[in-house]
Amino acid sequence: MRELSISHLLGINDLTKSDIDLIFKTADSFKEVINRPIKKVPTLRDITIANLFFENSTRTKLSFELAEKRLSADIVNFTAGNSSLKKGETLVDTANNILSMKVDILVMRHPHSGAAKFLSEKTNTVIINAGDGTHEHPTQALLDCYSIKEKLGEVEGKKVVLIGDIKHSRVALSNIFALQKLGAKVMVCGPTTLIPKYIKDLGVEVSHDMEKALKWCDVANVLRIQLERQDIQYFPSIREYAQQFQVNKEILQNIKKPITILHPGPINRGVEITSEIADSDNSIILNQVENGVAVRMAIIYLLAGSINRS
Amino acid sequence: MKSTEILNSLQVSLTINRLCSQLIENHHDFSESVLIGLQPNGIFLSNRLKNCLENSINKKVLTGSLDITFFRDDFGRKEKPLIPSVTNIDFSIENKRVILIDDVFFTGRTVRSALDAVMTFGRPQSVEFLTLIERRFVQNLPIRADYIGKSIDTIKEEKVTVLWKEEHGKDQILLYSPI
Repeated sequence: MRELSISHLLGINDLTKSDIDLIFKTADSFKEVINRPIKKVPTLRDITIANLFFENSTRTKLSFELAEKRLSADIVNFTAGNSSLKKGETLVDTANNILSMKVDILVMRHPHSGAAKFLSEKTNTVIINAGDGTHEHPTQALLDCYSIKEKLGEVEGKKVVLIGDIKHSRVALSNIFALQKLGAKVMVCGPTTLIPKYIKDLGVEVSHDMEKALKWCDVANVLRIQLERQDIQYFPSIREYAQQFQVNKEILQNIKKPITILHPGPINRGVEITSEIADSDNSIILNQVENGVAVRMAIIYLLAGSINRS
Repeated sequence: MKSTEILNSLQVSLTINRLCSQLIENHHDFSESVLIGLQPNGIFLSNRLKNCLENSINKKVLTGSLDITFFRDDFGRKEKPLIPSVTNIDFSIENKRVILIDDVFFTGRTVRSALDAVMTFGRPQSVEFLTLIERRFVQNLPIRADYIGKSIDTIKEEKVTVLWKEEHGKDQILLYSPI
């Protein structure tokens, strides 16, 4: 397989295993590139990319921007806060106006699930989903799996637990799809109120006991409590949540085996994870950030190949 | 397609030995010089040259491999995206005399890309280019090789294929002609 089976990256669910393998192989080359003294390649100098962020982001936006700049693409940034959306413009109108300025790729984050798919149907351009509501965050899942592969050699056969707010997490859903496609076993762990009722239908195991979950796994991906998406109170207090679901030194010492720790960021230190663990040798949180740029370069590079230049 | 042998196994070996001697003439003990093979086909040649040089000067010769995919000028003009090979240059090229190595010198576009790519690793003192087969009169760019195994006159429609013992069991260079 030498090209992607997709023309947009809307979600991991649309990808095949060969697509993911191809993205990882290409990301290997970009990881080497971004460690050179000159970290830039001229590949996409005739491509323009618009980053449309209708929702706050630090890491993902910076990572995409850096990936695009290192590929030599021209970029324009758009954030909802200071845009004409406030004046009543629709998503499609905003996108089409930007596309009229000869933009080739749209990278979009949006608070509504399905926004990326909607836009891909309404516009004639390449769409990369940088997170849509509580649906998917495909690039995050790809960089998580890439980081696991880099640390442990492979993803196949590994046991991965996703801990925390599964219900509101697009990272969780994309991770479940990606890990399963790569042959890992997945468990989700968190308070009953933050685990979707039918999640077992996706073929994942469910646990509400974090110590048991950690004993079972090779890798723990610790997710943030997404207070901004919680319209009602799902647990009595942050303190009580931390008592039951915080990954800390004491609980990991009880497990007596090394567990690779991931966190998609931003970290709430002292809530879902302690500083001691987030900064420990088994934590690959900063590797995730570095790999994020390489993986996003690979995705943009592979999708840009389908854009007709003539 | 009709095929004609350009060099047989013995001739390939003699040519590499001659190129090796020419390199030593110009680069002496290689203390300031490095070999960089261009992926994918220049690697076999750069490894052969490395072995030949090391046997002659009894000293390690720094050798790397360079992939030029991201520096090509035809991105988006091919049907499928180009998938890169591995780049491995685990030494500094700053102020070094770099010798780029490829098996066949055709349009010159690969060498142009390689010049850009190699500069992302630092500022070399000089860059030279070595090729086993130079196809004369078909270059698209004003680039010439410094060391040439054999020059042949071809037309654009012809194809030169270099077979290496490591992959095909014997060394052989063939010219394929459309008639």
